[in-house]
Amino acid sequence: MANAYARLLRAQARGQASYRTSFAIDLLGNVAVLGADLLAVVVLFRVTPALGGFAVAEVLLMFGLAQAAFTTADLAVGNIEKLRVYVRTGLLDAVLVRPLGALPQLLVLDFAMRRIGRTFYALVFLAVALAFADIDWTPGRVAMVLFAPVAGAVLFGAIFVAGATVAFWWIESGELANSVTYGGRDFTAYPMNVYSGWFRRVFAYGLGFAFVAYYPALYLLGRADPLGLPADAGWASPLVAAAAVAVAAALWRTGVRHYRSTGS
Amino acid sequence: MRLRMEGNGVGKVTATVTATVTVTATATAVPTGGPHLIAHVRTFLAIAASGFHRHAIYRQATVAAAVTNSMFGFLRTYVLLAVAGAVGVAAGYSGAQLATFVWVGQGLIGVVMFWGWADLAERIRSGDVVTDLLRPIHPVTHYLATDLGRAVHAAFSRFLIPVAVGAIVFELYVPRHVGTYPLFALSTLLAVMISFGGRYLVNASAYWLLDIRGVQLTWMVTAGVLSGLYFPLRFLPDWLAAALWVATPFPSILQTPLDVLVERQPPATSLALVALQAGWAAAMLLACRYVQRVAERRLVIQGG
Repeated sequence: MANAYARLLRAQARGQASYRTSFAIDLLGNVAVLGADLLAVVVLFRVTPALGGFAVAEVLLMFGLAQAAFTTADLAVGNIEKLRVYVRTGLLDAVLVRPLGALPQLLVLDFAMRRIGRTFYALVFLAVALAFADIDWTPGRVAMVLFAPVAGAVLFGAIFVAGATVAFWWIESGELANSVTYGGRDFTAYPMNVYSGWFRRVFAYGLGFAFVAYYPALYLLGRADPLGLPADAGWASPLVAAAAVAVAAALWRTGVRHYRSTGS
Repeated sequence: MRLRMEGNGVGKVTATVTATVTVTATATAVPTGGPHLIAHVRTFLAIAASGFHRHAIYRQATVAAAVTNSMFGFLRTYVLLAVAGAVGVAAGYSGAQLATFVWVGQGLIGVVMFWGWADLAERIRSGDVVTDLLRPIHPVTHYLATDLGRAVHAAFSRFLIPVAVGAIVFELYVPRHVGTYPLFALSTLLAVMISFGGRYLVNASAYWLLDIRGVQLTWMVTAGVLSGLYFPLRFLPDWLAAALWVATPFPSILQTPLDVLVERQPPATSLALVALQAGWAAAMLLACRYVQRVAERRLVIQGG
């Protein structure tokens, strides 16, 4: 079965590789996208020396962790966004009748190689941010640098899938899922004490976004959480990611069962 | 003769249209005053009304977009308020001005419509654009009318929802001068025209390129950063912000209407900024007409 997916993936890769100019444009464009996001953070520090008590190098570390996690998830499962197109056009029928899992098929069918550039740039940026942040390296912190982006990517992946399932119930959901995917990416890039009220409770703890970059960064920097969680809270990120996956899987299964073909 | 496989798998050219004919047809339809003008305004309004109604159908999409805009509204307001910090002022904006900047900005995204318009590019690719050329109204005018209709609909839906949400949760800035309101409305209208011009040019690149994603992406990123959507441009060094305002159309798409509304500068400066917008709107629409004319001369309709 893995063989079938590998073949689908290779066919996609071959097809996309034949459009060299488009691929090159995407690679360049992705640098610009990351650059723009980065600029949006750096410019704030022209006006203020600290954001929520964190200096520019510290916030950029959070930004780097958030980008590494998000772009990896986007590369692996980001194309699930197209689910609403599949539902609207009835193409999902064709996917469901095949003797392969619906979710892995959808992920492989539209795998966008061009997104690989984004992940690469984000990882390079994270390395630079780590070098500039004042980190007192210990084995635990090395492990955290390796674990946090993976756990974060899994969490974002679950968010992508959960967000896309809205299309099963609400076909014209449009960019609704963007509020938690792209919105989540921007949300995780800033210290959590910047936000407040129910907005922080829902996004930081309800959806678990605080555990993508903020808590791992606090652990790396050896800083106490102004919001009062223990210093080791960053280690909870794999658990948070696992819980998110469980919820997303349940939503997906319910969604597929609820799916009714468009009939056209 | 051996057939070479083309990338898109379609027989390459089945019909060539020398668009000089169309150009003359369009030229004769240009109003000369008097009853012609009235007829022209009527046509324009009718097309705008159809643009309005077309978007009134997409209710779910409108709500979904407004929810997303609101999410980003919360995010950016909290971040900018944190930038203002205990002092409560950042780059000359008070907390209430910053919150208004963000929320009204989130509302304006749907009105000026930065991205997500590919109607023209798709019609160029499919060849349907040829019907646009046969109409007795210039394509740029026709698409502008449709877009203004869409913008009016957005002003009553996609604009109002985030602004209402922002007003409920945060303290927003109430303009001091009565004149600010009509000036903001005018500024927004000009912003829509400038944004439309940019989108039209991006779409028109499909006359030359098979894949316009690179152009779209460039426009999206540049417009996002340089218009004041990502951060107020006054966070930049003064000389840079001023240079962007004069040399590029981007600040005129978002930063100007927002600064006019929160009265970031004295009324006279606001008027000057809106005049600058008018200049950019004229320049962009002229550029659209020029590009359209050049494109029509070399247009090859791919049939199938």
